[in-house]
Amino acid sequence: MPEAAALPTRRDEAWRYADTDAMARIGVEALGQWREITLGDGETLCETMLIGSAAPELHRIRVTLGEGARAEFFVTNTGTDFTRLEVEVTLGKGAHFEFGGVTIGGGDAVREFVTKTVHAHPDATSNQTVRAVHWGTGTGNFLGEIKVERGAQKTDAAQDFKGLLLEAGASANAVPQLEIFADDVKCAHGATVGQLDEAARYYMAARGLSPETAQKLLVQAFIGDAFVELEDEGRREQLLAAALEALEGASL
Amino acid sequence: MLTIEGLHAEVDGKQILKGLSLEIAAGEVHAIMGPNGAGKSTLANVLGGKPGYEVTAGSVTFKGEDLFDLDPHERAATGLFLGFQYPVEIPGVSNVQFLREAANSQRKYRGQEPLSGGEFLKLAKEKAALLKLDMEMLKRQVNVGFSGGEKKRAEMVQMGILDPSFAVLDETDSGLDIDALRVVGEGINSIMRSADKGVLLITHYQRLLDVVKPDRVSILADGRIVQTGGPDLALRLENEGYDTVMANA
Repeated sequence: MPEAAALPTRRDEAWRYADTDAMARIGVEALGQWREITLGDGETLCETMLIGSAAPELHRIRVTLGEGARAEFFVTNTGTDFTRLEVEVTLGKGAHFEFGGVTIGGGDAVREFVTKTVHAHPDATSNQTVRAVHWGTGTGNFLGEIKVERGAQKTDAAQDFKGLLLEAGASANAVPQLEIFADDVKCAHGATVGQLDEAARYYMAARGLSPETAQKLLVQAFIGDAFVELEDEGRREQLLAAALEALEGASL
Repeated sequence: MLTIEGLHAEVDGKQILKGLSLEIAAGEVHAIMGPNGAGKSTLANVLGGKPGYEVTAGSVTFKGEDLFDLDPHERAATGLFLGFQYPVEIPGVSNVQFLREAANSQRKYRGQEPLSGGEFLKLAKEKAALLKLDMEMLKRQVNVGFSGGEKKRAEMVQMGILDPSFAVLDETDSGLDIDALRVVGEGINSIMRSADKGVLLITHYQRLLDVVKPDRVSILADGRIVQTGGPDLALRLENEGYDTVMANA
């Protein structure tokens, strides 16, 4: 992506579901602000992020992984205005990229994760799990591009997206984009969007759980998948708690 | 304790209950039997407040309150327990978490202090042992991967933990082998046989009634109670079938 001094439009594939008006409020200079992370051979990084506020946010991270390096990002996105996180990763031989993300919120805001995963060398693996929970006319997006370059044999790349819409009017968009130029690779992607399980809600009510508590438990179970790979329990709890806090006041 | 008067209810515009009346006193175990399609499960679901079941006439009074004034979770907190014919799986939520939230939600509604983690686990262990359910099962996700019999035993463990004053048990005996049937039946006796509690036991078979001896038995047919008698009525049904018994009524 050129770091041009022009605001994106929704004609740009990577900005297809974005709130480009909000991007104009952030300002064009933000587009040039990339956080660069380079991990040497065998190095590891595990980062957790809580993003989103009442103002629009753009976060851009570019990661280069050396041989056998491992980078993990776990993110809760609770913005009440346009909030976008982009992660571009280039994987060295045998490296691993792990991404777990949750977008959650109502109102009319757009929250999105945009990843570009470049498997440039053999034997690297990547796993991305995104969950979106929205109500009102809120939107959650996951645009995930996976590029497997010629020679990146034995690549194993997986992407899994699930959206949960608590009321009509909310939306979730998943755009998996796979470009594969090697022939001995595994690339899996799945995307589903649904509603809360009514049978489970009734069962929980029959045991005395209020609609709010039942919804909270079901949402917690739903988004938990995104943070399963995060080993640090304390940080996992923080990400979940932030998401569940954002759920308060959601429609039932 | 539970008084049903002239209850009419429909599902998807189809009339299922057609003027059902029944009174169950405290201390009573009342069995409901009836042919397929008579409305037994509909009765259970109307009492539980399942969405999609519309009451078009009649009333249900539970412990002096109009049951239909209460939302499903409020009915539970008031002491009504509904044992499901098909207990629902809830992936990602453990039994322990689910039941502790349920017990404490009910306590909160009744203005009681919540149970601490330790108090809850002690209670859960005691009730699991009563129903011969491995405590490890309670750490697993709600009903996920449970066999039919395990689901029913887990239902009874839930009932033991929540300690309701009235239980509506919808075909709790289905899917149980003979040993499990005895364990579940004895569990019902131990949890619910009390002068201040009541049970409405929906079943097809005498074998559960051999363990949980009902005080009265009613036949539900075509949306109404058509006959009520003592425990011998169930035995006659078992021997002679619905058509003969109802024809001779």
